[in-house]
Amino acid sequence: MNNYIEIRENAYLDSVTLMLLYRKLIDVEGIPNANVSMGTDHNKSILKMNDFASSEIDNAGPNDLIIAFSYEYEETKVQAMKVMEDHFNQSTGMDDDEEYSPHSLEMALKIQPDSNLALISVPGENAAYETEKCLEKNMNVMIFSDNMDINEEKRLKQLAREKGLLVMGADCGTAIINGKPLAFANCVRKGDIGIVGASGTGIQEISVAVHKLNKGISQAIGTGGRDLSLEIGGITMLSGLEALMADPETKVIILVSKPPAKEVAVKLLEKIKETEKPVVVHFIGGNATEVEKYGGIFSENMEEAAVKACKCLDDSITDEFFSKQIDIDKTAKQEIEKYSPEQKYLRGLYTGGTLCKEAILMLHKKIGVYSNIPLEKDYRLKDSKKSEKNTIIDLGEDEFTKGRPHPMIDPASRAERILQEGDSKDLRVILLDVVLGYGSHEDPAGAIVDSIKKVQEKYKEDGKHISVIASICGCEEDPQVYTEQLKKLEDINVIVPPTNAQAVKLTEKLMDL
Amino acid sequence: MEFKLFKEELKVVNIGLASFGENLKNENTKVVSLKWAPPALGDQKLFSLVKKYKRLSEIEYKG
Repeated sequence: MNNYIEIRENAYLDSVTLMLLYRKLIDVEGIPNANVSMGTDHNKSILKMNDFASSEIDNAGPNDLIIAFSYEYEETKVQAMKVMEDHFNQSTGMDDDEEYSPHSLEMALKIQPDSNLALISVPGENAAYETEKCLEKNMNVMIFSDNMDINEEKRLKQLAREKGLLVMGADCGTAIINGKPLAFANCVRKGDIGIVGASGTGIQEISVAVHKLNKGISQAIGTGGRDLSLEIGGITMLSGLEALMADPETKVIILVSKPPAKEVAVKLLEKIKETEKPVVVHFIGGNATEVEKYGGIFSENMEEAAVKACKCLDDSITDEFFSKQIDIDKTAKQEIEKYSPEQKYLRGLYTGGTLCKEAILMLHKKIGVYSNIPLEKDYRLKDSKKSEKNTIIDLGEDEFTKGRPHPMIDPASRAERILQEGDSKDLRVILLDVVLGYGSHEDPAGAIVDSIKKVQEKYKEDGKHISVIASICGCEEDPQVYTEQLKKLEDINVIVPPTNAQAVKLTEKLMDL
Repeated sequence: MEFKLFKEELKVVNIGLASFGENLKNENTKVVSLKWAPPALGDQKLFSLVKKYKRLSEIEYKG
């Protein structure tokens, strides 16, 4: 095997662009191993581990692009180099209508002087610096980047609050502002329901459910996952809540978060007493009495949050809107009949963190769920890469995303994991989420179909049947088109309930002993 | 008091992933994407010094 190594000096590329080029190279027949990364120390050590050691790599700096691949035949190398050149020609876009990209915020503001929001997705160590510059220019900021120092996050959020601005994030994946989806968001209709959420896929699941209920979203404000921690104190959720309370287009408000710090939850609930607008509260694992004491409307899961909010606007909507779309008892009966006695376990492989959390919360008490984000410490997996008994994994957690894109962007890691789970002969159910919308992969269902088929065939060869259940968080207007994704899954006999909550309820039935 | 951003047309400066800027353009949102690269040529030590210098010069200016 030979190695091809190329260094392009001062050719910084973002992580998604790096991933796209990597995928193109690895797809060339005869290339078993490739790496496309910037020359940071961490990346250089990975290259060394992957047998790409060279003095050129040692000398590369963080702004230098490293392209490395191994090959046996000269023709393979030539083909790969052609793929690279095509990629760079495409991305430098030699079209006449190519827009000028400024190198600084000051230049950007000369081109678009009244810019009012910055979307920041630079590496975490640079995000605070960029955010502060934007706040100084009186812009609201959405920080998609993660790994920001928590004290910096607090300082920037306080600064924003003093200036009457919003800092959404850090690690904020989803927002819809003035009807426009930002980062990972679905193309839902505009309407009367405002959301403030400390969870990206939480906002996505609820906004999609609202859309399916024929209602729409006025604003969806992401806060970042740490906003409701004691350290940050819910600064952005408070600002977001106040903004929605004052917004004439918002008639109903939904708050959604992973379990918040108690003091922070109380501070927010105190605030909702000041509005006459109905406020639906879904703090995962929260308690109804506490929420109702402050006049909030408690909801147990995300589907319920959407239904309760829509019912405030339209009393013809019933609690059974989604459950009526699938006959869980009948489906469960048909599936259970096909299991053999040694089939006992569940494997949930999620790309959406809050969807994963919801599934664990709904199932743990009943069947005991091992995870990398467990409800109880005894149920923490020894190794996130190896499932035990009933396991539900969040594939978007740090241990899976270090040095590679999030599985909602690059679903290859989940496709591999599905195949790996298929080696277990004692599974009843594989439970999945398929998240559509901007930011997500162009064909998330298509990316897992082959793996699912292989697992189904393996079980069939052993005279068994495995149930595969997947909920799709998306709508028809999304770039991936809901019905097209649905067809890909249904064509291979995947059961597709209308929401994650319904998918989990069906799973629960199938796991009945 | 109404939140100012909700009353304005959304105009975004995209700093980072180019694909986010493309998505916004597809939704007919006004967006300018920066051709971003890590400051101080990606040298974090040098970058810390630059930030420190920037803060110092601000203090001197304000002072």
